[in-house]
Amino acid sequence: MKQFQSFLKKEFYHIFRDSRTTITMMVIPIVLVILFGYAITTEIKSTRFVVFDQSKNSTTQRIIDRLAASEYFVIYKQVSSYEEIETLFRKNKIRMAIVFPPDFEENRQTGTEVQLLTDASDPNEATSLVEYATTIINTELTKDYIVSSVGIKPVVRLLYNPQMKDAYNFVPGVMGMILILICSIMTSVGIVREKEYGSMEVLLVSPLKPVYIILAKATPYLLISLVNILTILSLAYFLLDVPIKGSLFLVIMLSLLYALLALTLGLFVSTIAKTQQAAMLICGIALMLPIILLSGMMFPVENMPWILQQLSNLIPARWYIVALRDVMIKGLGVTEILPEISILVVMTLVLIVLSVKRFKVRLE
Amino acid sequence: MNVIEVRELTKKFGDFTAVDKISFEVKEGEIFGFLGANGAGKTTAMRILCGLSKPTSGEAKVAGYDIYKQAEPVKQHIGYMSQKFSLYGNLKVWENIRLFGGIYGLSDKQLKEKTDRMLAVLHMEDKRDTLVDSLPLGWKQKLAFSVAILHDPRIVFLDEPTGGVDPVTRRQFWELIYQAARRGITVFVTTHYMDEAEYCDRVSIMVDGRVDALDSPSALKKQFNTTTMNDVFYSLARKAGRGE
Amino acid sequence: MNSVQISHITKSYGNVTAVRDISLSINSGELFALIGPDGAGKTTLFRMLTTLLLPDKGDATVCGLDMRKDWRQIRTISGYMPGRFSLYQDLSVEENLEFFATVFKTTIQENYDLIHDIYVQLEPFSKRRAGKLSGGMKQKLALCCALIHRPRVLFLDEPTTGVDPVSRKEFWDILSRIKEQNITIIVSTPYMDEASRCDRIALMRNGSCLRTDTPEQICASFPHKLWSLKGKELYQLLLDAREYPQTYSCHAFGDCHHFIFKEENDKADDLAAYLRMKGHEDVLIERLEPSVEDCFMDFGEDDQ
Repeated sequence: MKQFQSFLKKEFYHIFRDSRTTITMMVIPIVLVILFGYAITTEIKSTRFVVFDQSKNSTTQRIIDRLAASEYFVIYKQVSSYEEIETLFRKNKIRMAIVFPPDFEENRQTGTEVQLLTDASDPNEATSLVEYATTIINTELTKDYIVSSVGIKPVVRLLYNPQMKDAYNFVPGVMGMILILICSIMTSVGIVREKEYGSMEVLLVSPLKPVYIILAKATPYLLISLVNILTILSLAYFLLDVPIKGSLFLVIMLSLLYALLALTLGLFVSTIAKTQQAAMLICGIALMLPIILLSGMMFPVENMPWILQQLSNLIPARWYIVALRDVMIKGLGVTEILPEISILVVMTLVLIVLSVKRFKVRLE
Repeated sequence: MNVIEVRELTKKFGDFTAVDKISFEVKEGEIFGFLGANGAGKTTAMRILCGLSKPTSGEAKVAGYDIYKQAEPVKQHIGYMSQKFSLYGNLKVWENIRLFGGIYGLSDKQLKEKTDRMLAVLHMEDKRDTLVDSLPLGWKQKLAFSVAILHDPRIVFLDEPTGGVDPVTRRQFWELIYQAARRGITVFVTTHYMDEAEYCDRVSIMVDGRVDALDSPSALKKQFNTTTMNDVFYSLARKAGRGE
Repeated sequence: MNSVQISHITKSYGNVTAVRDISLSINSGELFALIGPDGAGKTTLFRMLTTLLLPDKGDATVCGLDMRKDWRQIRTISGYMPGRFSLYQDLSVEENLEFFATVFKTTIQENYDLIHDIYVQLEPFSKRRAGKLSGGMKQKLALCCALIHRPRVLFLDEPTTGVDPVSRKEFWDILSRIKEQNITIIVSTPYMDEASRCDRIALMRNGSCLRTDTPEQICASFPHKLWSLKGKELYQLLLDAREYPQTYSCHAFGDCHHFIFKEENDKADDLAAYLRMKGHEDVLIERLEPSVEDCFMDFGEDDQ
């Protein structure tokens, strides 16, 4: 036990004396959250639109007011022809146009049409704009006709994240990414560094048990991840208004389990990589990219081709992100996320067995 | 004619004076041994002379150029070889020669002639297509030295070029140094082998950042009343105050 | 008994044979050196003896423990200092030593008498980070760390490489004192002049062991008469001496050249006359006792 303590102390010395890396590890999560929260957002804010209202009645006016009042849209002006709309689009003055047909009011009972025009050269934004606008228009229309029997079109309701806030989506994603980054890269680099500097030779020739080496390498990073988990959660909660509907304790425990998985992944990488650069590359490129692309953090898994969907099953982050969303956003309890938890546990165990088997007590 | 002129050269790191007002000259075509205990400031001084590091004060001229106002022409006229890095191990012998020849702007014709001549001198004609990593250390070092003087520099800096090299190859290496010196290339060399200090025309010994002795090996031995350079070195470096 | 027995050990990496059929018997309490240049196989041999590598063929025992079966025990009784500086550069002198003491389940106090001589020199720097020490100091610290658990056998892989002559001498003085504690010391070095500090040496080249004996015996068995040549123009003297028809070999050795005739009864006077004719007026030829380096180089002549 004394051996372990002393090893642990040494690891903390390493970390705190390399202040640049330590600060990086603490600051990266904050930067990422802020980046995703404000800069790289696909969220719609204050988008300029024009109205071509050929019906001009109280309903259309209400819809327009409603749109303009929302934080997503700002009315640019009223126009009186399609040509004008097109010119404004070309001049990049507006991102959306709403056209009310002349017979809008008359056909309300039988189902009516509102035309939404967007610039599909950025298809993601175009889709979002349409979705946002549709939601608002439908809300406005259904208000009057709750009991109306005819002419009601199916209404899309977005559950749990009615404003389609990106933060709800990316906070679990960023956590999935950060934890793997800190835990796997730092652990693998920490172990491989000892190999590279030659100190591993001395440690192996000592009576120190390999399991102590592994545990002592992992513990500090697990603690740092805990700090990161708390940082991200508070940023999300206080700065980005992401609710934590489920149990905070469950969120943290789930995240710690995931961090542990990432640690063992780093451990496994350290048994493969011979140099720190190799460890960094394996973790950075071979792990990070699939996580970002396949975990469902950026692109929904359901939209992927079959083969990629199968692949994404192997990405730990996918299960973590799903479970985290379930708890944080939907407020589900531990029983509902049991499948994800078990998958993560199994993955961790497999990695531990593999790493311990591959951890060499000799040099080659 | 002096190829190196150093005046009151000083380099400080914070409040630590690595090189403390050293002054010396190196003559054209001379083999100049630059000795000193670990941490005496040899490496720092050599880095400054190669233009890799800025002196805190003082001045130095290499090949007639001020080392830090005219760093670019200095680099054209010096060759450098160190024990730690010399050639790319995963390139073949001729690929290394072509690479470094190219860096110094040799034409293809010059390069071909020089490569053939060099490999003949080194008895390495059949190693042209060998990866440098698979050569024994001594061969590697001899090749690295030949590459370092490929562009006929005025002066070549050698940082512990023979560390760990076997005794026979070590002597062959020194013969290459003699040959280069005969062609007029000035050789500035550091070593921990005291027999190699004897091969130098003049030797300087650094202690605690200062040059404490500078003369020919025989004059130094006379001055310290001893028969070996080892004793000369010992009596100087023993009084070194700092372990860096 | 703290002896080390090596029998017919061989180790290859791919098609490179790093250690070729080496057998050695190192006695308890001996200061034994493996001497040879880079690539001789010293490090590989050390790694096998410290059980970090398994040999392809052959066996070895350390203090009677089998390198294959009892590797765990061998690791607890041996001290090992690898060739590269392998301590933690970002830990202080004191922290490194404390760390290695705990790793070996002991304390600095328990074995302080063993390292006291060395540690007093380090003490002024005990708060300094190991990475900021000079080469000689680093080696001393590494030695302390390898000694802290009072090992029975000490393996030192090239501890003096790249270290200046003064620190090297100090280091060997320290080793002589450690030897008095009945610790077997096996050390490797590329510096031939360090041979005289050892009880016995093994000359190694290209994975093979050329000779094993006391330095005196090795020098005594030198098969030639050795002469030294001195003159003003040393390099020209070397070139001219090699041109002499009766020359077997001539090598530069510091301030003189070491010269061997083809035939034992060749006359030094004839050589002197020849060299004077070549313009070396002041040439001085004297008989000389061979050094370990002469012997090592002579083995090379046989190969070629």
